[in-house]
Amino acid sequence: MDPSRKRTTRLVVALVCALGLATVLIYTSFSAGSEAKTPTELLAGAKIGRSYQLTGKVVDGSVVREGGQLRFKVRDRVGTASVPIIYTGQVPDPFRVGREVIVTVRKAPAGGAFIGEKDSLQTKCPSKFRAAKAGS
Amino acid sequence: MLLWAVLLSIWSTLALRVVRGRLAEVVPVATAVLFALAAVFVGMTVFLANPFVTLAQVPVEGTGLNPLLRHASMMIHPPALYSGYTLFSIPFAFAIGALVTRRLGADWLLATRRFALAAWLALGIGILLGARWSYLELGWGGYWAWDAVENAALLPWLLGTAYLHSATIQEKRGMLKLWNVSLVLGAGVLSILGTFLVRSGILSSIHAFVEPGATLRWTFVALIVIELVASVWLVISRREQLKTEHRLDAIISRESFFLAQNLVLLALAFVVMWGTFFPLISEAVTGTKSSVGPPWFDQYVAPLALVLVALMGIGPLVAWRRSGLAELGRSIARPAGIAIAFGVLLYILNADVRTDLSALLLFTLAALVGCTVIQEFARGVRARRAMAAEPTAKALAQLVRRNRRRYGGYVVHFGFAVLLCGIAASSSFQRVTEVPLKVGQSIHTRGYTVTYKQPTASVNAERVSLGAELLVTHNGKPDGTFDTSKSWYPANQTPTVGDAFAGETETDVGLRAGPLRDLWAAVEPDTSTILPIAERLDKKFGDLTPIARAVGIAAVARAYLRNPPPATFRIVVSPMVTWIWAGGIIVFFGALIAIWPPGEPVRRRLRMPVGRKRKKVGS
Repeated sequence: MDPSRKRTTRLVVALVCALGLATVLIYTSFSAGSEAKTPTELLAGAKIGRSYQLTGKVVDGSVVREGGQLRFKVRDRVGTASVPIIYTGQVPDPFRVGREVIVTVRKAPAGGAFIGEKDSLQTKCPSKFRAAKAGS
Repeated sequence: MLLWAVLLSIWSTLALRVVRGRLAEVVPVATAVLFALAAVFVGMTVFLANPFVTLAQVPVEGTGLNPLLRHASMMIHPPALYSGYTLFSIPFAFAIGALVTRRLGADWLLATRRFALAAWLALGIGILLGARWSYLELGWGGYWAWDAVENAALLPWLLGTAYLHSATIQEKRGMLKLWNVSLVLGAGVLSILGTFLVRSGILSSIHAFVEPGATLRWTFVALIVIELVASVWLVISRREQLKTEHRLDAIISRESFFLAQNLVLLALAFVVMWGTFFPLISEAVTGTKSSVGPPWFDQYVAPLALVLVALMGIGPLVAWRRSGLAELGRSIARPAGIAIAFGVLLYILNADVRTDLSALLLFTLAALVGCTVIQEFARGVRARRAMAAEPTAKALAQLVRRNRRRYGGYVVHFGFAVLLCGIAASSSFQRVTEVPLKVGQSIHTRGYTVTYKQPTASVNAERVSLGAELLVTHNGKPDGTFDTSKSWYPANQTPTVGDAFAGETETDVGLRAGPLRDLWAAVEPDTSTILPIAERLDKKFGDLTPIARAVGIAAVARAYLRNPPPATFRIVVSPMVTWIWAGGIIVFFGALIAIWPPGEPVRRRLRMPVGRKRKKVGS
């Protein structure tokens, strides 16, 4: 094989590999991804069996600990619609009423509550700058 | 951003001082680029997000630093990361300068090599310290979560790693020019992107600190777009000058191994980038924001990491230009033999490893890396001893001194192999148990028996801590006790007892670190029995004087001790986590060796190609 043919073949092989990787990546990410939802969106339509990534704020006075379970409600960043969550697993230290959280949830088969996936709860780091911004 | 501007200025000054008198054509453009970057950041702090804005009213006392962040690694982590980001701007600026002036030899690359290395090192330190903080301070037991901001720091680091290797090829063989320029420009753009992600909150992340104004966001986007467009245009329009001077001679050569390593790193970077930006991509494609979790990342990163370690083990043994299979076979025989023997031994002796063959493969390959490094050192020392009849220790010192980059690089490889072993072991064989325990009850996990011996409580001016003393036996033998607790900081809204439990909380992790495994524990005390007591006190007495309040808080803590409800414990047994930190330290020293300014003779050689300024040597 002459050198230029060889180079072309090499290029084609490399491109095919790269394309293959990209396709697999795209496919798996779309099938494994969990949709990010706000409480309003989740209440409007959540399919049983699918997992969603819920973002919102913890509702005042809604946090109850029972045994190993944590029950709380998540509301829209702006608004009042709220979703009840039953969560087990690790609770991050900054978790507090009024804080913004991200939690992966599934709709419970009955009762309208959502089951939080174990250890999926994340709380945004409280910002020390925000107070200054509000005052400016 | 203030920090960005400050660090950028410091590094730019240093860089321009180091290259003074060289690269006469490139430097002015590079200076302009650095100035422009600094101007953007200074402009943003002055006009869009002034950090010195005063509050409307004077607060009695500041809220202080969030207790979670009061940890030694958190003092170094942000400046290290930002140093990394800003240091990448220097090779970036010089690459732009070289492109604009079409002086695309290895000069600009040599001049900024140490800055690229420093950027890589600083970013690495930042990432690792962040991981350590997360392990020690967050009641979680992990050190990496594929969070958007973590990924944003990892991306330029990956490209930087690729660049440090491929730069050697350009220097030695005049190849891969286009590739190098692209990597440097990519790392530069990604650094800005990383900063942007931390500051912007466009991706859901626990790190997204501030909700910035729209103008600030658009400034960042504009900056990134300008950098990107300029980079792409410059590379395309200068492609003639970027043509390689040599072709790849053979598949089995150092060059091709470097290239393969570069491709793997690039693939890694691409995977991480795709995963990180997937919420934005999916929103654009399907209209809903959707994100991928850690398992998705692991499934790609693990095999790519394996390939990377394999290349790390074999690469240093392959000669430049052209190496035969037979030659490679000869040099690899001993390290590969030892590594395989090690793998087999591990398979026989360790039952855990049999359940996870990819981890076994990684350990074997890491052993190969270790053996390769040791063999290379031994070979060098032997050669020196034969030539100069030096004693072993002196020969070793001289060897490293004469070629800091090469041997520093080997040390980095070694450390990195150690680090990866730690990651593989702790992620594959970690055992997490989360159980509620009453006093006197115990759990068994991985040969450990952990017993909830007694509750603890402490109250001081700053916080209330409730916790537990845990009794440990390992394989039946008593192994001492350790403590873990959770602390509450007051919200400082009302002078009541309940307020003391309304503020920030912080977990004090109990950790018994060992060379083979860590026993990690965090507690979540049940406050449902004591909060009502606090409530009753507050209802009865209302607002309290500081002393009365302290008495009240102490009473509540005593009530907890007298009648402790079951507490939830998270007990994690992670093998070899210490190896991660140890590996990090080895990498750090390796990089320091490589970064250390070369002695005079070597410096003269580096300056020779520039020609004009030879008389300045020794100034």
